[in-house]
Amino acid sequence: MDAELLARLQFTLTASYHFIFPPLSMGLGLMLLVVSGLYLRTRDPKWRRLSFFWVKVYGIVFAMGVATGIVQEFEFGMNWADYSRFVGNIFGSLLAAEGVFAFFLEGGFLGLMLFGGNRLGPRMWFLASLMVVVGAHFSAIWIVAANSWMQTPAGYDIQALPEPARAVMTDFWATVLTPSFMPRLLHVFFASWTAGAAFVASVSAYYVLKARHADLGRASLAVAVPFFIVFAVANAFVFGPESARSVAENQPTKLAAMEGTWQTEAGAPAYLVGWVDEEAGTTTGLAVPGLLSFLATGDPNATIAGIDSFETPPTVVNLTFQSYHLMVGLGFAIVPFALLAGVLWFWKRKLLEYRWALWILVSTVFVALFVITAGWWVAEFGRQPWIVYDLLLTARGTSPVVSAEEIVVSLGGFILLYTILLVLFLFLLNQKIQHGPEPLESLEARPVGELPDTLRDIFRARSTGEGRRTH
Amino acid sequence: MLNEIWFILFVVIISGYLILDGFDMGVGILHLPLARNDLERRTLLNSIGPVWDGNEVWLVLGGGVLFAIFPFAYASLFSGFYAAFMLVLVVLILRAVTLEFRSQRPSPRWRSAWDAAFATTSLVLALLLGVAFGAILGGVPLGADQEIVTNLFELLTPFALLVGLTTVAMFAMHGAIYLMMKTGGDIQARARRWLPYLMGGFVALNTLVVIASLLLDQPFTARYREEIWPIIFPAAALAAMGATWWFAQRARYFPAFVASSAMILLLIVAAAYGMHPNLLVSSIDAAYNLTIFNAASEANTLTVALVIALIGMPFVLLYTSGVYYVFRGKVVVEPDSY
Repeated sequence: MDAELLARLQFTLTASYHFIFPPLSMGLGLMLLVVSGLYLRTRDPKWRRLSFFWVKVYGIVFAMGVATGIVQEFEFGMNWADYSRFVGNIFGSLLAAEGVFAFFLEGGFLGLMLFGGNRLGPRMWFLASLMVVVGAHFSAIWIVAANSWMQTPAGYDIQALPEPARAVMTDFWATVLTPSFMPRLLHVFFASWTAGAAFVASVSAYYVLKARHADLGRASLAVAVPFFIVFAVANAFVFGPESARSVAENQPTKLAAMEGTWQTEAGAPAYLVGWVDEEAGTTTGLAVPGLLSFLATGDPNATIAGIDSFETPPTVVNLTFQSYHLMVGLGFAIVPFALLAGVLWFWKRKLLEYRWALWILVSTVFVALFVITAGWWVAEFGRQPWIVYDLLLTARGTSPVVSAEEIVVSLGGFILLYTILLVLFLFLLNQKIQHGPEPLESLEARPVGELPDTLRDIFRARSTGEGRRTH
Repeated sequence: MLNEIWFILFVVIISGYLILDGFDMGVGILHLPLARNDLERRTLLNSIGPVWDGNEVWLVLGGGVLFAIFPFAYASLFSGFYAAFMLVLVVLILRAVTLEFRSQRPSPRWRSAWDAAFATTSLVLALLLGVAFGAILGGVPLGADQEIVTNLFELLTPFALLVGLTTVAMFAMHGAIYLMMKTGGDIQARARRWLPYLMGGFVALNTLVVIASLLLDQPFTARYREEIWPIIFPAAALAAMGATWWFAQRARYFPAFVASSAMILLLIVAAAYGMHPNLLVSSIDAAYNLTIFNAASEANTLTVALVIALIGMPFVLLYTSGVYYVFRGKVVVEPDSY
């Protein structure tokens, strides 16, 4: 294999792996805020116990996100040096903005979130968690902005000299608010929140099934299921289609790859399932006539440009097609399950008795996370052969001095390292979940009423931290 | 002008990273020899527990700023030092993992295995960063095409290794002072007893680095031969070193830690002044050097990024100090600790 393909493989691996964790940081973070917010309102100790529990889980998820995220930042320079040279002016700025506005917020307050339960009163602890979760969302804003600039570049000029040629920024806000930015951002937010709600629902359903911490499981289900329904429905029916329309408008070659549309046609069909033969240039499967035209434009007879009509046609068609159909299929599939869980819940809490429904709920988090991964595959595979749409070919973005052998070694290293990480992560997560929320007595070092709960308390009460010794 | 400001900011960010992650790497390096039982080891871990993640953000920011402001240096360095950065990544990740996992199970064998891993990764990370820094100081084979063609073994010159060892000693010393500030009892007493040796070792190694740089005529020493006044930077670093010792002897650990941090900053500034305006010096031909001008983004990007930094950084400093304030005082191992 040549160096370019290996570098792409490595990026696919590391990015797909990394992107399991940030959506959970956002979605689980939101659920955690709801739980600790409920404690603030009701002062019911069960919510405080759950806050301690979910914060622990959050800590592991977050650590994985950070560890695999640094890899992404280094990887641009290491494997994609010419890309970095070309986009540094713009893409680099957006990443730097992420560092300043998002990472410090997350990294700074994470310690307070993880270890603040016994140092801060509930309101201040909530505030610290809020900062971390806001930081996670800021992070997504800048990353989606940076990626959207690669999809629909705007606010730039190409400067050819001095060599090498580069894109320079003419209008900062135009580089952030590119045409695809808002639809994609909302799509990512709702997908992440869906995954977070599914995660909480999944663990809670498991507790009910195993009759372990069942009271807390029921309480969490009552919180998570309504959010799960709202987020899943909104994404399937509003933000997903909106994102697809944005692709139709801004990236016609990607749209053609998503549906395997080879010839330009009016009333283009959309496939429910299918297979693309890239050699022969054909797509076969179960199609609904006119559906693609309708989804893309609102008119079932509208003309959709085919792959054959482009000067630079998409190069990864079947993978894009399959990723897209998996995303859409599974994204819609979780909607009836979410609704079913909701109906069974509100109908005299029947959900607690139907074990099969609970098992379905347990599985939804894996589906929700896989849907997100498939979504990123659509975005990235569908853009090929471009690394920056219509501006820079992926083949022109690699590192000239990095050999295929070096990438093979590092790819092997990553596969090994990430496998170990995954095993450890699942082990730890499983241990936390099996162990479940601990009783408050063993968590609290002192009564909650004694903890400083306003900024004034924190910065005045010099007695809380000082003078105490380890032993 | 913008390029100069960004060069200064970049030096500050890198120093910030080395000062902050430096003390927690130092704590890691001292983890095995200094802490003698499980409670002591947990105390060490928890002294950095709430802050190490925030400290690592400075590295991420440093990478982001290099990418945005000096993309041509970023691209050449990261692809040229491919194997070295790959190792840095592996060690960074493993180190984060060891912190998370160590206290998850009570088994002594589990814990001592993770203890060893935490200490090793901290040591190797410090060494790798030092070696990379030493290799950059010594000049890199940067060609006309802006590419660095080298490999891991070529980077491992005796000079780069010496800088690597010096970095390890520097962080160990810095970490010991941090521990004197954050712990009490036996750990503190031991750190106090060891400080003269750690400091002595660091000063000796650092003196060797200076001598070697002058003998080898390393590129960054040229400025110091031309003008005399920049000698104030290393001189001030030496004074900060003296102050560190003075405060530590009088059990005033917070000022000692500040002095030790100032020393790290001043050493980086001294090296950066010698490098300026170069970011990467070519060992092939000085015409191929990547400087803060020819490696930089355009003025528009530099301005926008400066505005971002001016808006964001005051908040960062404010709440970072707030967080450190909340966790001030001696470490206590609590039910929800590492």
